[in-house]
Amino acid sequence: MGRPGIAWAVPGVLFFVLFAVGPMALVVYLSFTSWDGLGAFPSVSGTGNWERLFDDPTMRQAVWLSIVLTAASWLIQTPIALLLGVWSAGRQKNRAVLSAIFFLPLLASSVALALLWKSLLDPNFGLIAEIGPWFGLEDGNLLGSGRGAMAAVAFVAAWQFIPFHTLLYQGGARQIPKSFYEAASIDGAGTVRQFFSITLPQLRNTIVTSSVLMVVGALTFFDTVLILTEGGPGTDTTIVPYLMYETGFQAYDMGYASAVATVLVVVATAISLLMVRVSGFSSMRSTREGM
Amino acid sequence: MKTATRPEPRPEQRPRPTEPRPRAPQARNDRGLRGRLRSVRKWNVPAGVASLVWLVIVGLPLYVLVLTTLRDRDAYFDEGSLALPGDLTLDNYRKVLESDFFTYLLNTAIVTVATAAIVIVLSVGVGYTVVRTLSRTSQRIFQFFLLGLAIPAQAVIIPIYLLITQMNLYDSLLAIILPTAAFCLPVCVLILAGTMRDIEEEMYESMALEGASQTRVLLQLVIPLSRGGISTVGVYSALQAWNNFLFPLILTQSRESRVLTLGLYDYVGQFRVDIPALLAAVVLSIVPIFVVYLFARRQLVNGLMGAGGR
Repeated sequence: MGRPGIAWAVPGVLFFVLFAVGPMALVVYLSFTSWDGLGAFPSVSGTGNWERLFDDPTMRQAVWLSIVLTAASWLIQTPIALLLGVWSAGRQKNRAVLSAIFFLPLLASSVALALLWKSLLDPNFGLIAEIGPWFGLEDGNLLGSGRGAMAAVAFVAAWQFIPFHTLLYQGGARQIPKSFYEAASIDGAGTVRQFFSITLPQLRNTIVTSSVLMVVGALTFFDTVLILTEGGPGTDTTIVPYLMYETGFQAYDMGYASAVATVLVVVATAISLLMVRVSGFSSMRSTREGM
Repeated sequence: MKTATRPEPRPEQRPRPTEPRPRAPQARNDRGLRGRLRSVRKWNVPAGVASLVWLVIVGLPLYVLVLTTLRDRDAYFDEGSLALPGDLTLDNYRKVLESDFFTYLLNTAIVTVATAAIVIVLSVGVGYTVVRTLSRTSQRIFQFFLLGLAIPAQAVIIPIYLLITQMNLYDSLLAIILPTAAFCLPVCVLILAGTMRDIEEEMYESMALEGASQTRVLLQLVIPLSRGGISTVGVYSALQAWNNFLFPLILTQSRESRVLTLGLYDYVGQFRVDIPALLAAVVLSIVPIFVVYLFARRQLVNGLMGAGGR
């Protein structure tokens, strides 16, 4: 019987090449120019940006801060999202009601949430001025110190993204066959034991998916940093994407910013490949079998 | 970035929400059942306490958010954010609505609808090819899109800026729509390919027997049977467009082409220390999605998760 030709895919492929893949190649090219963001199409000016990149203490710090933020995000978000997800997978009424509240942050844009947290963390008038002292933060000036600002960014990221990962784990936990638990409880296994010997192993794939998304998300965390800390105090929360933005669109050093962005492309592509490899997306035959 | 993952179980696979479990009590060993109930009760205490702690962590900021927007600016500064307000006022909302809020909202609506439309048309075409064409090329195309799954927009924003200025699209809504749509494609192709693969081979065969053209197969078989996936794709791309900040920030400038997220960011400068008015704008920006959440929760959640709905 007749099958459709490639023609149906052509518009989508061309569009994707023009606005996503093409730019990926173009960013590498731009990293060899000294474009200032204005005027005609820039021409190659040499490897200066790359030599500078490897010597730049701000870039080194940005890479370090990105790694710290990624690790902190994973460490904070994974256990909480996993427990909340498994908990909310239960179909009790109280759990359903509370879950509906827990998922509310999902409805807001990252800009809206960053503005909310910026005002909550205001050392003079924000919520933190009132409850900070309970946690040993007398002046409430969390955003004033480097470590504090970084902790604030990690916290806001967690507050914003835990609901999403909770939903992932909820979906995962609901697919574990009930009979596993029934068999375990006949054998006398308590809930804690059941969690570690049934729930956790069964959620293996969900943990992989959620972790990959967390890592990619943390590497590209930008909106919140721009609004909450502007990379400061000093450069203490200048993570790689923010450094790229600042260099490119505030200092108009697009060539160097492109070199920074190229690093992001490489890391993201590596993670993308890993994701396809680990999850087996490309060999998947149906949504029901996936992951 | 949000990506396709396991689908929610379909309703018919679900146990009914009533508790206890549907198994009849006499069907099992009495001691086992009681033992299980006891262990459930034991576990519920720490879980219950933890969930209440989390309720405070999530609920308190949201409570302060809503409360602050209902207060007078001076009262907020004098009494602090936690104090119970004396007089509630809607003045802050009036202030926001009298600014350019509706322009921003309209722009966001245009961007959202246009992005979703472009993404649906393009990804249906790609999905159809990937699923129905047996050639190597179509497998390549699929893998090509998968590669794009984790390309962060920040990484390519500089070349996109160059591209958009060269195309003379800078500071137009199209400048936001085109790249946003392109960045939705990988997830959407993945979702649609998954949904379309579930269509039975026999149905294609019976349409082929009737001598249907490829276009008719697409319009009368593939699209109707992938409605769930298409709605997920639509919601997913609409949310991406609605919440996008980076593309508007870099690619637009003037008030006329400002979308809601950028408008919020702009209010920081406009309202300055008027925190209650700023937060009223934040609340107003959430309201439309909240309304969708109330009326189409399942579709919204599927779209958020990028899960292949059916």
